[in-house]
Amino acid sequence: MRKSNLHHLTAPLIDNNPVTLQMLGICSALAVTTALDTALIMGLALLTVLATASTLISMIRAHLPSSIRLVVQITIIASLVIVTDQVLRAFAFEISQRLSVFVGLIVTNCIVLGRAESFAMHNPVWPSFLDGVGNGLGYGLILMIVAAIRELLGAGALFGVTVMPLAAEGGWFEPLGFMLLAPSAFFIIGVLIWVIRTRRPAQVEPNDFPIILQVGEEKS
Amino acid sequence: MIEIFLRSVFQENLALTFFLGVCTFLAVSKRVETALGLGAAMIVVQSLTVPINHLIFQGLLVEGAWAWVGLPEIDLTYLKLISFIGVIAATVQILEMTLDRYAPALHRSLGVFLPLITVNCAILGGSLFMVERRYDLPESLVYGIGSGVGWALAIVAFAAIRERLRYADVPEGLRGLGVAFIVTGLMSMGFSAFVGVSLP
Repeated sequence: MRKSNLHHLTAPLIDNNPVTLQMLGICSALAVTTALDTALIMGLALLTVLATASTLISMIRAHLPSSIRLVVQITIIASLVIVTDQVLRAFAFEISQRLSVFVGLIVTNCIVLGRAESFAMHNPVWPSFLDGVGNGLGYGLILMIVAAIRELLGAGALFGVTVMPLAAEGGWFEPLGFMLLAPSAFFIIGVLIWVIRTRRPAQVEPNDFPIILQVGEEKS
Repeated sequence: MIEIFLRSVFQENLALTFFLGVCTFLAVSKRVETALGLGAAMIVVQSLTVPINHLIFQGLLVEGAWAWVGLPEIDLTYLKLISFIGVIAATVQILEMTLDRYAPALHRSLGVFLPLITVNCAILGGSLFMVERRYDLPESLVYGIGSGVGWALAIVAFAAIRERLRYADVPEGLRGLGVAFIVTGLMSMGFSAFVGVSLP
């Protein structure tokens, strides 16, 4: 594998992460992160759809008139999502019930259409495939981090296995019920973005409205 | 009915408790006027597509829907995703053309937001929730209006907060997206206080 191809795979993990930098695909991501197993399945489902969709769209990109490209892309993505949904129902019924509508919502997940439109339409098959896998992994990574924090602090467990025994069951850990509610996911992602941008100052957004200090004034 | 409406506006707000449409929510909330426009477009599209999708689902896709032509065992529910997306795209397109023809002023102010709405997860999510919770036709109309209003309320309030946030001295790494997430989290906490509120 050449170095530039490897770059397509590794860049989306942290440096160009689809969730924290490009702000794509947050919609369906956060609701499934109360437990690690649902987050893992959701990440894998998106990875499969994204890699396959990028490959297919890259294959037909030369034959696709640009006026109908969006319709064709959406149709391909929706068909792939239907297949994924049916496979999950067949082999992991219990988890597919807990994911409820969120597997279906991969159709409108901006990552898939965004990568198809901005990368797969202009690049050969192999790099498009790698780009799809890389972005899927980057998305899955964020999902797993958030889910690990929420499940560990909210239920004292990882993958459903008790790590910290709960006080209610004779252990010492008092679970933070707040971690299982919606707001905590927003806070965790916000702090995660802060951490990444502190390590990678190039990602910091420009200040549109800088505070200009008057003479004799001190920054409080 | 009123309960479904209130629940979809406050307790089960699509943006703040189910994280639906958060991409657009964060991207198009820098100014209150644009947020108002997008919110209005969202209410219109949501209250049209949820009932239409209900009719399509009950009339064509559900098991036994083709019994009247002698094919009672056909179950097309697996096609719901692709047909819902088609309905949403077509509705948005028709709405855009109708507005352009009969209300050009409105079209100028809402026009740019309509294509954005086609790929908004909140619209598709509303239709999928309608199926999962087995609403009937009036209920799904109320649910469509309610969830649209809830989403619009959330984005307008969020844009208003964000306009003030411009003058705040935010730490460098948190600027922009980071602080937007924290504010959304605080708003989501506020909305979770509505849980359990019911009319006497």
